[in-house]
Amino acid sequence: MKARKWLSFLGLSLLLVILAACGSDDNGSEANGNSEGNEASGSLLVSGSSAMQPLVAAAAEEFMAENSDADIQVQAGGSGTGLSQVAEGSVEIGNSDVFAEEKEGIPAEELVDFKIAVVGMTAAVNPEVGVKDISKEDLIKVFTGEIKNWKEVGGEDQEIVLVNRPDSSGTRATFVKYGLDGATPAEGITEDSSNTVKKIISETKGAIGYLAFSYFTDDSVTKLSVDGVEATDENVQNGDFPIWAYEHSYTKGEPTGLAKTFIDYMMNDDVQNNLLPEQGYIPATAMKVERDAEGNISNK
Amino acid sequence: MKNKELSAQDRLILSKKNRRLDEVRGKIYVTAAALIMISATIAITIFLGSKGMQSFITNGLNIFEFITSTDWNPVGENPSFGAFPFIFGSFAVTFLSALIAAPLGIGAAIFMTEIAPSWGRKILQPVIELLVGIPSVVYGFIGLTVLVPFLRDNIGGIGFSLLAGTIVLSIMILPTVISISTDALASLPNNLREGSYALGATRWQTIRKVLLKAAMPSLLTAVVLGMARAFGEALAVQMVIGNVRELPSSILDASATLTTIITLNMGHTTYGSLENNTLWSMGLILLVMSFAFILFIRYLSSRRKI
Repeated sequence: MKARKWLSFLGLSLLLVILAACGSDDNGSEANGNSEGNEASGSLLVSGSSAMQPLVAAAAEEFMAENSDADIQVQAGGSGTGLSQVAEGSVEIGNSDVFAEEKEGIPAEELVDFKIAVVGMTAAVNPEVGVKDISKEDLIKVFTGEIKNWKEVGGEDQEIVLVNRPDSSGTRATFVKYGLDGATPAEGITEDSSNTVKKIISETKGAIGYLAFSYFTDDSVTKLSVDGVEATDENVQNGDFPIWAYEHSYTKGEPTGLAKTFIDYMMNDDVQNNLLPEQGYIPATAMKVERDAEGNISNK
Repeated sequence: MKNKELSAQDRLILSKKNRRLDEVRGKIYVTAAALIMISATIAITIFLGSKGMQSFITNGLNIFEFITSTDWNPVGENPSFGAFPFIFGSFAVTFLSALIAAPLGIGAAIFMTEIAPSWGRKILQPVIELLVGIPSVVYGFIGLTVLVPFLRDNIGGIGFSLLAGTIVLSIMILPTVISISTDALASLPNNLREGSYALGATRWQTIRKVLLKAAMPSLLTAVVLGMARAFGEALAVQMVIGNVRELPSSILDASATLTTIITLNMGHTTYGSLENNTLWSMGLILLVMSFAFILFIRYLSSRRKI
């Protein structure tokens, strides 16, 4: 009995020590930051884009397995939160689906942009609508509510049900900009999480929404090709498929210490060529085209 | 244990030594607790007040237009901020769910106190406690997987609707309504019942004409508290209501509430931007409404006769 009490007490104190260590994030990395920028210890706080969170969390886990002195915490919370917090200096790295220049109230010139990955997106429809390819013109008409039934674009006689993401969501912004050429989508069901969007599309007759490529893992929703171009990683890399976005990691000023080491780690070939595709992202290093904050495309 | 052997007089003398210190300590503790609570509430009010007014003061939005306009399009070429559909949605789900939960909840309370006090309580009490313990995201998920397809297949529309939000909310506020109503009915003095029976009234007549009348202010308080909870609920409603920013024309139409719009957009907007400020303004509306609910409850309890 006594031994057990002792054990549980030890366990509890260990837990408290770990919690206390986690609690002192902000100062840790600054204290450890040095000019060599090759530090792999200390702690680091990353926040922002929920689309990027699984990727960065997986990378952080592998990084911490290799560097036992490093403690990296990855929080989701949205691109807006990530950009705001990194600009304020309350986190070292802020992740975003959109360029900082595109968000109101962010001092983009103070931030340094690292394009970690690329995410392709396309329209997803309920498998029963009988459409696999759509012209961009029709896609815009579908989303603006001009076309109301799938039979008008060669599908079944089913009413179209739109599933949107919230106004300020990065996925929505990208889809509207490059998929709908800026046209405002008509009103429809709005859900915040891509998983919920996928669930709704798979269960609702005539539903259409938009998802990142990584969500097309089974047959429950159909991936639409646009203007005959298949929505694949290769076509995004070639610049043939237009709907894609960078996943950015922003730091305030040039990164130092652990922040720099971690960003370098995410940009190295091992992570870019293995971890990223595994998680459903396209490596930034594999892109043959480049895009700037204004949306201009150029060959790399 | 030790005190057991001492006489009552000895115990009094013993405790006298610590008495004053104990009094002071106790007083300091409870006063501190109260002061912290009060200052936290005041701080929240001031913070939300100043943050929520920013979109009108700094960004120059028209407060009247914000509340009454039905046009919400924050990211368009000419952004417009009309929150009326969300205010309407919040009130609609709140009142509709109260309409369902009030008769059900008060009925269950009557069952527990008047009809079957012993075994009714034994069964219903754990049921209520279970309902309280379920996290709201679970309610939302059940709503999304079971209720929405059910409504779509059997009643019509696309399933995501005011009705779905109302049903989920009314189950969520039932425990509040039941437990406060039960307390209200159970606290009624027994001579009310006995007097009524003595006059030859049946049990149902006693319940309907005497007990419900006497407990009415407290029962209304129970319903209003449930409504306050419904007004502030976000997650579960967000998953089933559809979050459409147009005014619904029937209860089978998708709709949105203030809380769902706040939780949908807060993470994507940047601090201090106009859109972010308008979300705070919606939060301020929620706070004002919760003040209104509380004022109403105070008014009801001041009318309480017993």
